[in-house]
Amino acid sequence: MSLAWPILRALAVQFSLLSLLAFGGANAVIPEIHRQSVAVHHWMTDKDFAALFAIAQSAPGPNFLISTLVGWKAAGIPGALVATAAMCSPSCLLTFWAVKAWDRHHDHPWRTAIGAGIAPVTVGLVFSSAYVLVRAADSSWRLGLVTAATAAIVYFTKLNPLWCLAAAALLGLTGVFGTP
Amino acid sequence: MAAARPRTIFLVFLAIALQGFGGVLPFARRALVDRRAWLTPDDFNETLSLCQSLPGPNIVNLSIAVGARACGWRGSLAAVAGLVGAPVVIVIILGVLYGQFGGLQLVQRAIIGLAAAAAGLVIATAARMAEPLLKRRALTAAPFILGGFVAVGVFRLPLPYVLLALAPLSIAIMWKRPA
Repeated sequence: MSLAWPILRALAVQFSLLSLLAFGGANAVIPEIHRQSVAVHHWMTDKDFAALFAIAQSAPGPNFLISTLVGWKAAGIPGALVATAAMCSPSCLLTFWAVKAWDRHHDHPWRTAIGAGIAPVTVGLVFSSAYVLVRAADSSWRLGLVTAATAAIVYFTKLNPLWCLAAAALLGLTGVFGTP
Repeated sequence: MAAARPRTIFLVFLAIALQGFGGVLPFARRALVDRRAWLTPDDFNETLSLCQSLPGPNIVNLSIAVGARACGWRGSLAAVAGLVGAPVVIVIILGVLYGQFGGLQLVQRAIIGLAAAAAGLVIATAARMAEPLLKRRALTAAPFILGGFVAVGVFRLPLPYVLLALAPLSIAIMWKRPA
């Protein structure tokens, strides 16, 4: 397979920028990843994105794995590796530096203010992610019901979310949601 | 803590990653605080809140911090490699399988259900994150939650501009009247 350099470059640029904007983790930047990969670069459709997100959620590990899959869809295995490295490296370097600085000077008021100030914006972004995913995934009222039930169960109980994912996949197998 | 070598750190974070279906944090706490005692419960909370106020996945940032304190950049590198390596390989395999068999009707049916549930999971996460903020300081938090949601979710404005517009204002308010 020949390497698609322009795509790899686009992935590297996009995800290293998102890495530094991902306050609260990858869930906060889902709308931007979606916008770039569907509307700007046309690497995939809305439905593909929802499917890849679902796959990333059902794998073990940290929640930035959607970037790995977007990279894979855009440019195969090299794309997956480039996107993953780009999504991790800038924020890791920043954290490494910040931990060193933090251990030298404790309790700076600016740090508390930044943390507290960014928190509500981050929450708004995670709601945006949910909205984008609902729009992509819920093409019928039955699917909307699955989304609502999962949200309620995970919010109100301590049940491992994987059970909801497994149950929804099994329900899907029976064909109640139709076939695309 | 001082005794931990990069190899040990790598293996501990590898184990954490592989257990972490649907959320790695509980497993990280168990391994680092309860089993290894690399961090006290207070250390853990403090380090986590530092990691949460930085960009990037909290758990990846946490691994960087734990590794750095144990043995500098080698520790950080070992921790991240342990945490990220195996899940990336697994998810690529899942992606390849989806590419091979994603066209099959059965797989497509299952994925439709899975995607709907995954969207619900994110709603619950957002609600959990919003709850303490709205309880403690609804007046200073709600406008920014709503602003972020409307700008990025509904109007699909590019994220960097939205952050540049909202974050400094929110931080300034928190600077004037700490939560």
